Amino acid sequence: MTDAPISTQNLDHFFGTGDARKQALFDINLEIKRGSLTVLMGPSGSGKTTLLTLIGCLREVRDGDVRVLGHDLNGASETVLVGLRRRLGFIFQAHNLHESLTATQNVLMGLQVHGNTDVIKARHAAHHILDLLGLADRRNYLPGNLSGGQKQRVAVARALVSNPEIILADEPTAALDKEAGHTVVQMLKSLGSTRGTTTVMVTHDPRILEMADRIISLEDGRVVSDTLQSANQPNRPQLKV
Amino acid sequence: MSRLLTYLFGRLPIGWLQLTHSRGRFFAAVAGVAFANLLVFMQLGIMGALNSSTVAPYAILNADIILSSEDGNTLTDGGHIPRARMFQALGVAGVTDATPLFIGNLPFTLEDGSSVSLLSFGMDIAKPDFTAPVIAPALERLSLENTALLDKGTRGMPTAVIDALTDGERFSFETGGDTLTAIGTMDIGGGFLADGMMMMSDQTFLRVFPARSSGAPNHILLRTGEGIAIDTVVKRLETTLPRGNLRIQSMTSSAANDLAYMSTERPTGIIFGFGVFMGILVGLVIVYQVLSTDVADHLREYATFKAMGYGQSFFLGIIFEEAIILAVFGFIPGFIVSVGLYAALVSVTGLPVEMETGRAILVFLGTLAACSISGAIATRRLVHADPADLF
Repeated sequence: MTDAPISTQNLDHFFGTGDARKQALFDINLEIKRGSLTVLMGPSGSGKTTLLTLIGCLREVRDGDVRVLGHDLNGASETVLVGLRRRLGFIFQAHNLHESLTATQNVLMGLQVHGNTDVIKARHAAHHILDLLGLADRRNYLPGNLSGGQKQRVAVARALVSNPEIILADEPTAALDKEAGHTVVQMLKSLGSTRGTTTVMVTHDPRILEMADRIISLEDGRVVSDTLQSANQPNRPQLKV
Repeated sequence: MSRLLTYLFGRLPIGWLQLTHSRGRFFAAVAGVAFANLLVFMQLGIMGALNSSTVAPYAILNADIILSSEDGNTLTDGGHIPRARMFQALGVAGVTDATPLFIGNLPFTLEDGSSVSLLSFGMDIAKPDFTAPVIAPALERLSLENTALLDKGTRGMPTAVIDALTDGERFSFETGGDTLTAIGTMDIGGGFLADGMMMMSDQTFLRVFPARSSGAPNHILLRTGEGIAIDTVVKRLETTLPRGNLRIQSMTSSAANDLAYMSTERPTGIIFGFGVFMGILVGLVIVYQVLSTDVADHLREYATFKAMGYGQSFFLGIIFEEAIILAVFGFIPGFIVSVGLYAALVSVTGLPVEMETGRAILVFLGTLAACSISGAIATRRLVHADPADLF
């Protein structure tokens, strides 16, 4: 038993059945420490996104173990998985904002899932995080009227507004300029150090690699390197590869 | 609106925001639901008029039991029965009074050449208690030869004639070689069987319908004594009177049976019923199409919400919210246009087409149900919203 917010043991994952069955992950063993910023790297098809979706309770874990926030995901019920997802924050490469909702309303969706019915407080929180991300003057804009970078920042705000315990991000800075990208990563780092928020991110952005506590590289579904960047480490993570 | 719905739902009104985001589609959907409502309202309106006109003649009668020919399906059709049954019925315990009722359709031509048919009732004017209280006082005046009370709502009747009659003047017209004089009015209205109605004495009736015999009325109306159950008297009559070609019913049952026959056995009733069904079907298809397209267009957003931890009930809530919004917004214009068309139909046909409160409530509830059913079917598409596909 480990107190790491994310751990995997002997994790395999397959897609398809019969002759079409293809193994995407091979024997992944990881423990990711609370408050750390971990980057997953690797070429396309290396399994990093599959790993992210398994940790994010978005796919069924069948072979091996994945523990997230103390829950074993192998065989977990849909209720448990939905409950866990509410404690996570997702930042997608495509912003996936709801086109009918304003920036504030999109961010509010990140709070509403927790049954937050204090509309005024929730709106205040949404405005606050949008302001921090430089979107104070875009609060009531629909996504159709925002630039790609602005949309991505709204998506980041939506993921962070509920103070999730784990953030899972897929190329979160790809659509952002240097300054906005830096703001986002600083925010994630700050959440890690102040609130213990753990971030796992798929990225190839060198600006983020410099700031990451740990960089895990995957190739053909296997971990090929796992580097701790001690300068960025508040506490050295337990590493088990 | 958005703030109001947020307050009502305790959450963002995603359904409302989604529907109103694509205004063109929203208006098309509302128009579709309104059209379906219109179809249903019109069919129900005409069916209601059919029902109303079927039982309308009962409104001028005041009796407890009616004896009729067994081959008749409604008050206004069927053969004759022997007047002797009236005397036999009077001998049955509980029957206090009886009178024959003659019914015939009388055509006459107006000055402008148009033809009007009047469903004519011939009754013994010495027994005004057998007619509705609003007509009874005028019966005495019908003792004059060839006089009648004319229906104010008679379709095609010039307004001047009705106005003159209402002011106490008389209106004479030729029919079947006789001259009839209308000396007053009653207010029933035209229906599917005739353009209007007319009340006259049995003597006048037999003059203008020379082929009819006083010994063979269409019906015999009976009154029962106070405190005696009508059904008990009906049973006694059934055991006492010869049953050959004789139907014995309470007036209430007779009206209900007429209604059932017209709405379920006559092609007209079935056609209108089918029209209602088609209207509902059109509404179902339109709402399903709108909602399922809406779900398909927002699959990525729904998948994102799933990833965020929103459960199935949240998505069902959105779709049912949309269904209810479409039902309400479609019903309002559908109702308003239907009221206008009812008025137009009344002025053109004289049929008793009325927007009854019960019908409006029924159609609204039906619209809600139909939209909810469509929404429930549309939710099947939600299974395609897989959050794992988002990465």
